Amino acid sequence: MNLDAKIPSGPMAQKWDKHRFDLKLVNPANKRKYEVIVVGSGLAGASAAATLAELGYNVKCFCFQDSPRRAHSIAAQGGINAAKNYQNDGDSVHRLFYDTVKGGDYRSREANVHRLAQVSVNIIDQCAAQGVPFAREYGGLLANRSFGGAQVSRTFYARGQTGQQLLLGAYSSLSRQIGLGKVQMFPRTEMLDVVLVDGHAKGIVVRDMVSGEISRHSAHAVVLATGGYGNAFFLSTNAMGCNVTATFRAYKRGAAFANPCYTQIHPTCIPVSGDHQSKLTLMSESLRNDGRVWVPKSQSVAEKIRKGELKASDVAEGDRDYYLERKYPSFGNLVPRDVASRNTKEACDDGRGVVGSGLGVYLDFEDAIKRLGESAVRERYGNLFDMYEKITGSNAYQNPMTIFPAVHYTMGGLWVDYNLMSNVPGLYVVGEANFSDHGANRLGASALMQGLADGYFVLPYTIGQYLAGVAPDDRTDTNSAEFVGTEETVRAQIDKLLSVKGKRTPTSFHRELGQIIWDECGMARNKTGLEAAIKKIPELRAEFWENLNVPGENGSLNQSLEQAGRVADFLEFGELMCRDALQREESCGGHFREEHQTPEGEAKRDDKNFSFVGAWEYKGENQTPELHKENLVYEEVKMTQRSYK
Amino acid sequence: MDFITGIFKTSLGRKYVMAITGAGLFGFVVMHMLGNLLVFAGPAAINEYAAKLHALGPLLWVARIGLLGMVGLHIWSAIKLTSENREARTVEYDAAAEPVDAHRRGDIVAKFAARTMIFSGLIIAAFAFYHLAHFTWKVPQINGAGMEDFESYYVADDFTTPLAEGKEGKNHADVFKMIVTGFKVPAVSVFYVVAVGLLCFHLSHGLSAMFQSLGIKNKNIAPWMDRFAVGASALIFLGYISIPVSVLAAFIKIG
Amino acid sequence: MDKLMNLKLKVWRQDDADDVGRFEEYQADDISPDMSFLEMLDVVNEGLIGSGKEPIAFDSDCREGICGSCSMVINGTAHGGQKGTTACQLHMRHFSDGMTITIEPWRATAFPVHRDLVVDRTAFDRIQQKGGFISVRTGSVPDANAIPVSKDESDLAMDAAQCIGCGACVAACKNASAMLFVAAKISHLSLVPQGQPERERRALAMVKQMDDEGFGNCTVTGSCEAVCPKEISLDFIARMNREYGRALIKKGTI
Repeated sequence: MNLDAKIPSGPMAQKWDKHRFDLKLVNPANKRKYEVIVVGSGLAGASAAATLAELGYNVKCFCFQDSPRRAHSIAAQGGINAAKNYQNDGDSVHRLFYDTVKGGDYRSREANVHRLAQVSVNIIDQCAAQGVPFAREYGGLLANRSFGGAQVSRTFYARGQTGQQLLLGAYSSLSRQIGLGKVQMFPRTEMLDVVLVDGHAKGIVVRDMVSGEISRHSAHAVVLATGGYGNAFFLSTNAMGCNVTATFRAYKRGAAFANPCYTQIHPTCIPVSGDHQSKLTLMSESLRNDGRVWVPKSQSVAEKIRKGELKASDVAEGDRDYYLERKYPSFGNLVPRDVASRNTKEACDDGRGVVGSGLGVYLDFEDAIKRLGESAVRERYGNLFDMYEKITGSNAYQNPMTIFPAVHYTMGGLWVDYNLMSNVPGLYVVGEANFSDHGANRLGASALMQGLADGYFVLPYTIGQYLAGVAPDDRTDTNSAEFVGTEETVRAQIDKLLSVKGKRTPTSFHRELGQIIWDECGMARNKTGLEAAIKKIPELRAEFWENLNVPGENGSLNQSLEQAGRVADFLEFGELMCRDALQREESCGGHFREEHQTPEGEAKRDDKNFSFVGAWEYKGENQTPELHKENLVYEEVKMTQRSYK
Repeated sequence: MDFITGIFKTSLGRKYVMAITGAGLFGFVVMHMLGNLLVFAGPAAINEYAAKLHALGPLLWVARIGLLGMVGLHIWSAIKLTSENREARTVEYDAAAEPVDAHRRGDIVAKFAARTMIFSGLIIAAFAFYHLAHFTWKVPQINGAGMEDFESYYVADDFTTPLAEGKEGKNHADVFKMIVTGFKVPAVSVFYVVAVGLLCFHLSHGLSAMFQSLGIKNKNIAPWMDRFAVGASALIFLGYISIPVSVLAAFIKIG
Repeated sequence: MDKLMNLKLKVWRQDDADDVGRFEEYQADDISPDMSFLEMLDVVNEGLIGSGKEPIAFDSDCREGICGSCSMVINGTAHGGQKGTTACQLHMRHFSDGMTITIEPWRATAFPVHRDLVVDRTAFDRIQQKGGFISVRTGSVPDANAIPVSKDESDLAMDAAQCIGCGACVAACKNASAMLFVAAKISHLSLVPQGQPERERRALAMVKQMDDEGFGNCTVTGSCEAVCPKEISLDFIARMNREYGRALIKKGTI
């Protein structure tokens, strides 16, 4: 497998400019003769589809939601980073680049990250011009805030709904192109396979989720913008529909899957309330600015709280363990996400959790209310407190919130080169679906930045490099053997799902799989657990194909069938995650191997042996996939050990 | 032409038509009431006022045609909008609105006045037709006063002395006597009060919606506009019904 | 743990757009007050699948009140009627043991039913495609701080821009009017300076498409505002009316 990252030569700061000049261009008059398929309509997909159409390409855009505006980018709360340095506080492209590489625990590709930092400034300009109502100062200029422990204020935001506003901006550009006829939009349409002709991606096979009709679409290039795989855990902050199907089926067709074990756990989510739980809700990280995280010092007190015999207010100050403040005196409650999450897990594993399930800790605003007054706290966090009350029925001004970490974002994804093209020629991957920019851990407010950077400012240039080498009439007929064959595979899988007629629902399998992955490949992983998971998952998969129950038929709107197809892919993908976690014998970012920690319990990287991207190649059903390595070379940033003591 | 089609052929344009003609008709309702209230100043005042209106000649016809046009457009846009609304929602919900926050029901369920604008409007139109037949065309068969012919009620130039035999166009009509005779019939008065009540009910929503349709409402002034709508409707109601009530109570009587 | 509830559901079932549809009754037992409304439906659906029946189809995605997918009328009220709350954020603690809950799809001619509680809301997308944008090409834009925007206007624009496009306004309106949705979009873009060059064109085009889609008219009942999960104000409809009048005078029609 060829994992040539095609990183341009020359000094870091000039790579992108040089590369843009070196990239081949498609003749403006010829652009309308090319067709590009974009799968997904979130920040990356919508911005890519709109921009490609603006350039003159004909675009077909697909999404499983009923409208492109509903992609899960919409749920991002906090903000978007950009190296604008509007606050005059010493920010720069280089600093954002440096922070992102460091934040990613030195497991991302430097050149990609530098480009990301460079184009971040264009994103803000673009979004402001689209009418995105960013927060402003009274002078009319853009406001910023510091986010996720960054030392500079570089985060732009629109209340707590930045993702929504940015997505609606991209959606408006996309809508404009749909209105102009340059983009053909296919909502409620799920991609089920990618079609390869002579090793090149030439189209996709999709299912119309209303009529069940399977159809084939050919193009000169295919772009996957299908998001992350956090729902492998069943419970995550991802939307119900988020799935790995598009990227996983591309993987099965030969695209390498990189770093699947890199998942990000967000420390401040609302704890699970029962077996019925369908998803988890994130509370903005900003809460940790004023809230104090604690559990009782004694297990017996925690036990009484869990039984409802004691309340938080009954625990005397001296009996409380503010464990983040205790262990990390300089960062306190503001330690990075992975550190906060892991310590919360430890406290709960120690039997000191404070919710019924034992999986939850306090986030207490009592001191903040004493110090600032309730009205000031309400002003800062009112909407979050309201949301918390809506979900839990508890008033966080009177009782401390309870929180627990939850899966939130996945840094791994399909392997791409500097041009965002996978190892399958003509198959591009953008946004969370690719692996490229965040390394082993993503910084707050960087997901939106990456999605839009890829879609607006990177892919539209780099795709020309490939298309310029493809003749406009070199487009495969959808009646070709490859297309027909791929459709047959898709149909066979659907028929198989429908024909099992067993006893268990797709959800029950998904829930069980999620529990295995959460237990063995969650916040902390170890060899024994991972090996156990690698044994358990195929067993569950086997049961799935023997005991699955999907009612109804293919020829109509059938949500169980949709879900079953996604769960089938998660059941294979989950194993890949565990394999990747097992091979990575080090701790880095969101990947914490219990065998690899410092005496103080901090993550211990192994730069000598694991400074690489682990890219997996599919070898066939029930075959062990093969690991390929792209070595990471750091020219600009010196590797150091993170410390938040 | 674009401008005209933009007004008459679009939803928002027709709402302007509705609002503007509504405003005009509201103006008429106010002026008509003020004129009618002259009945309390005695026969001379109201008869003289009526005579002056009649003396306007062609101008009166301009006003009448204008009014008729406004009524026509108001009804046309109402019927058009209502039929579109019916097409837009052909299936009703099975359940009655019972929000989990029970106190919010009042906000969620459309107010009765708003829901029934088309009905109150059409009944008012029917009443207006009757009212014209009653006092303007003076059809004896419908006044309920024992075939009294209002066509025979005239006064001399002093606006007070009844004439035994007056003539249309030559002598002044005895409006005062018409009012008193007309409203002495309890059924007529009751119908009148009910119709005016409906009119004011219609106005209580219509006046506030008018500001909204014309785009001159916002949160700051909305409460005042709503108060104005209710207040004006109430005053108009009191103003109009004071006449039949006074007649029935014999507070106003002939001689 | 609070007491579990047993509820009776009366749910609209319809196989596809051509089916006439009917209500069916289901028992929802052992419902925890901590469940969201949709999780309660998940539980019912798991039971239905278990007994070999097809589950109740309904749209939902983010389940945190922002994507605008979920769309159901609960006891006659869009999203169930808790202030500023989508169905996915509505929790069962607001219901009581033994209650009968009626669940229906959005009802509007412009939102035909696909299946059960799933409706087709692409009419909203088509309205957006006619003018719900600022025509800027990627890259051809000035520095973000080159055009100052007054904080008050920007905040007001944000109030409108929060719309999640769920369609509850249409569902709640006795006339199935989409004016609150269209007004939110027109207002957002007419309030920011970047939106000025297309201001008239946008208002005219979006209103025309709204009419063509078969939505009803506003009779100012305020039901839309009352059920809107983002509490978008009726003021924006007045603003749209004003924008439209202004556009008619300046530009006629498009």
